[in-house]
Amino acid sequence: MSIDTSTAARVAKLARIKVEEDALPALAAEFNTILGFIEQLNEVDVDGVEPMTSVTPQRLTRRADVVTDGDVQGKVLANAPDAREGFFAVPKVVE
Amino acid sequence: MTDLNTLTLADARDALRRGDTTSKELTEACLKAIDGAGALNAFVHHTPEIALERAAEADKRIAAGDAPDMCGLPIGIKDLFCTEGVPSQAASRILEGFLPQYESTITAQLKSAGAVMLGKLNMDEFAMGSSNETSAYGNAVNPWRRGNDDAQLTPGGSSGGSAAAVAADLCLAATGTDTGGSIRQPAAFTGIVGIKPTYGRCSRWGVVAFASSLDQAGPMTKTVRDSAIMLGAMCGHDPKDSTSANLPVPDFEAALTGDIRGKKIGIPREYRMDGMPEDIEKLWDDGAAMLRDAGAEIVEISLPHTKYALPAYYVIAPAEASSNLARYDGVRFGHRAKLEQGDGITELYEKTRAEGFGAEVQRRVMVGTYVLSAGFYDAYYNRARRVRTLIKKDFEDVFAQGVDAILTPATPSAAFGLGEMTDADPVKMYLNDVFTVTVNMAGLPGIAVPTGLDKQGLPLGLQLIGRPWEEADLLSSAYVLEQAAGFVAKPGKWW
Repeated sequence: MSIDTSTAARVAKLARIKVEEDALPALAAEFNTILGFIEQLNEVDVDGVEPMTSVTPQRLTRRADVVTDGDVQGKVLANAPDAREGFFAVPKVVE
Repeated sequence: MTDLNTLTLADARDALRRGDTTSKELTEACLKAIDGAGALNAFVHHTPEIALERAAEADKRIAAGDAPDMCGLPIGIKDLFCTEGVPSQAASRILEGFLPQYESTITAQLKSAGAVMLGKLNMDEFAMGSSNETSAYGNAVNPWRRGNDDAQLTPGGSSGGSAAAVAADLCLAATGTDTGGSIRQPAAFTGIVGIKPTYGRCSRWGVVAFASSLDQAGPMTKTVRDSAIMLGAMCGHDPKDSTSANLPVPDFEAALTGDIRGKKIGIPREYRMDGMPEDIEKLWDDGAAMLRDAGAEIVEISLPHTKYALPAYYVIAPAEASSNLARYDGVRFGHRAKLEQGDGITELYEKTRAEGFGAEVQRRVMVGTYVLSAGFYDAYYNRARRVRTLIKKDFEDVFAQGVDAILTPATPSAAFGLGEMTDADPVKMYLNDVFTVTVNMAGLPGIAVPTGLDKQGLPLGLQLIGRPWEEADLLSSAYVLEQAAGFVAKPGKWW
């Protein structure tokens, strides 16, 4: 399957990465190279084979559903590009 | 006396315990070597104050007789590990200025064992690359050169700074991480030892995530013994990583018996690729002969799904990356793009990520987004996960036949020139990991050991792959290979 520039634009949008219009053809070409490489997987008979969920046979460990930390507002916000009054600040999202 | 920075971990540890030197002296020797090695661009954040402070503490512990193996030993830390209050940006612009408010489990364990952090090491951006050329810090440079040719070579990637620093004796050892070969390939390119342990052996907590089902940290060292020592300090159960294995950590160093008589070593026929350089083929054959001479039984084995490991990896790793890297949105940490009048939250995300991520990271995030998108999830992602099940079964089958370890080349070539692959399509670069990526797909331990030089005088390495959780046994086989190969070459100092 071949990726055209409109598909490349859609993928960029889904990934929330701004790609300029004039960069889309090259991007689509790269996708096609990589997907062409991946196409080999179609040669493999995977009937009845379970998709791997865990590479080691283990159950994810569980713990009681209780708060184990907190009270670190300063640390949480320490690296924020814009933090005000104890919150992360972003451009207006609701008109 | 030998320059202190050239010591192995084991020799330095023993010298410290004998009182022949101090951690302060070792640390100062490394700091001096680092200062003189700017041309290698291996250390990208220097922490001499932290180093000297920890060295002083270590010297006190050693004097008090309370010194674990790693106590007082100066090491470098890959930039992928979060280190409290010290820049940790995964070689990405998007994490510029990020100062972690916490310490990764592995670096915390090394710290509590008394290890001395010298600084943070260069790498490919978010560990995505095989040449260290995707780094926001610029290329790390291999201390090795082709004879008298002064062309700069890659130290490999993604742990390229770690490899260059250890090979050039800027530190006694370094941490690395390995998602598809990122410890073993650079180790092979620089003539050092690197081990990726079994998935779950080392905690991933506080290590910037690339592909969570594949990522494992491990040591990069000058010798197999050093890997055994440092791995012991890095692994162990961590409740903060839900995939961390709750298993006892053996004494890896004690397992280096030098005796592999009766062990069965498999040679997978699918790894004998068309167009494999003669040097590599000979290296492999020689390695098998060395293990045979040491009393192992060499058997040909088949891992039939080998050729599908790399394409399956290039579905699974980007898929996981696209999910993991969604957190870099310009809101909570790291870079935020300057916005135009009228830009909203979507523009904030899109511009931030376009500015913050380099080309290879953008490419992989988008490929991952595509293979996970509606209508393609089954065809790509689920199919790749099924193939992954088959790849793992290949290994289970040969281990069930009694094979103890598998011997392969570590890389399909020696180190190549920086910039040589610039015009190649991305898939050509991906082929660097053809021998290593299967191991991540199956969650197994794998170690690269330097065993020879090619015609141009560049180091080449072999890889041994072990059974899950049997790093001790694997290290023991690697130790025999190392002793038999007697690799002692060092790069001539030009930097």
